[in-house]
Amino acid sequence: MSDHAAASADHVHEHPTWKQYKWVALWLTLITVGEVWLYYVPPFVASPYFVPVLLFLSATKFLIVVAFYMHLKYDHKLFRALFTGPLVIAMSTIVALLFLFVNRHAVG
Amino acid sequence: MASAVAHAPPEHAPHYTSTGLDHRKIAIWAFIGSECMLFASLISTYLVYKGRSVSCPRPHEVCTAADGRVFQPILNIPVTSQSTFVLLMSSLAMVLALAAVENKDKPRPANPTLGYRILSSSKLWLAMTALMGATFLGYQAYEFTSFVHEGLTIHTNLFGSSFFTLTGTHGTHVTVGVLWLLTLLAIDFKRGLTPKDALLVDICALYWHFVDVVWIAIFTLIYLIR
Repeated sequence: MSDHAAASADHVHEHPTWKQYKWVALWLTLITVGEVWLYYVPPFVASPYFVPVLLFLSATKFLIVVAFYMHLKYDHKLFRALFTGPLVIAMSTIVALLFLFVNRHAVG
Repeated sequence: MASAVAHAPPEHAPHYTSTGLDHRKIAIWAFIGSECMLFASLISTYLVYKGRSVSCPRPHEVCTAADGRVFQPILNIPVTSQSTFVLLMSSLAMVLALAAVENKDKPRPANPTLGYRILSSSKLWLAMTALMGATFLGYQAYEFTSFVHEGLTIHTNLFGSSFFTLTGTHGTHVTVGVLWLLTLLAIDFKRGLTPKDALLVDICALYWHFVDVVWIAIFTLIYLIR
């Protein structure tokens, strides 16, 4: 194995401590509780902020799990590219399809 | 032949590529990337069909069928919130299992505390992860059964078709993850997982966390957003 390989291999083994994992779990729980609480607040559900706030909270949870539990924050940039590339394509597909098919009538 | 045998890698030798990274880890990330697109197609199908069902029941609205039967909103948010919490906590158990395997070669204190023994038990955390995954599947089985009893099947309407396809595909992934975890647990009981096996656990953990992040998206997009 070359020096470069050895350096890279060492780099990918850098992980958070169990205390960080515990805090991550706590934040994930609090955000989930917040999401469910917002669902039961009728004035907020009726407001235009409901969907953006829920999407923001969900994206935050997603990023926390990917960065800390999946170690993408600490891992090699190639892994980041392998994940974020398809993720961007996937999210663009969802947005494009919603723009294409939004405001159609009931069909089935 | 003798040369081939001489150059055969030992059982636990890392399989480095020209990038300096193990090809198995590159493969799992590429697989996860492809899975992102699979779930994006299923989620976008659900969202495109959202609100277009002409027959009952529906996810968030009270619905009156042609025969006069009134259907209540079918999604059960309290139950799904509990299953979401269980799956999130299973990810914590999974990272603790990986940390336990990675730290097995570190010197143990002379008198380890109960907390230290708990944290350093890979068997415990692998079993906890599998148990929480199975609990999530139990919640999903309960949800599917109650939906069928309330009149929603995969054939009922667009909501039923897209909902069962999406959540069923996710449930299948969780089932595969649970089987994978039980396999690692069996290996741990049979010969013990060592730091040399950390990559095997890491790959399983990446798959498990991916299943978790997919559910994070599903929970918000399908269950919470009306």
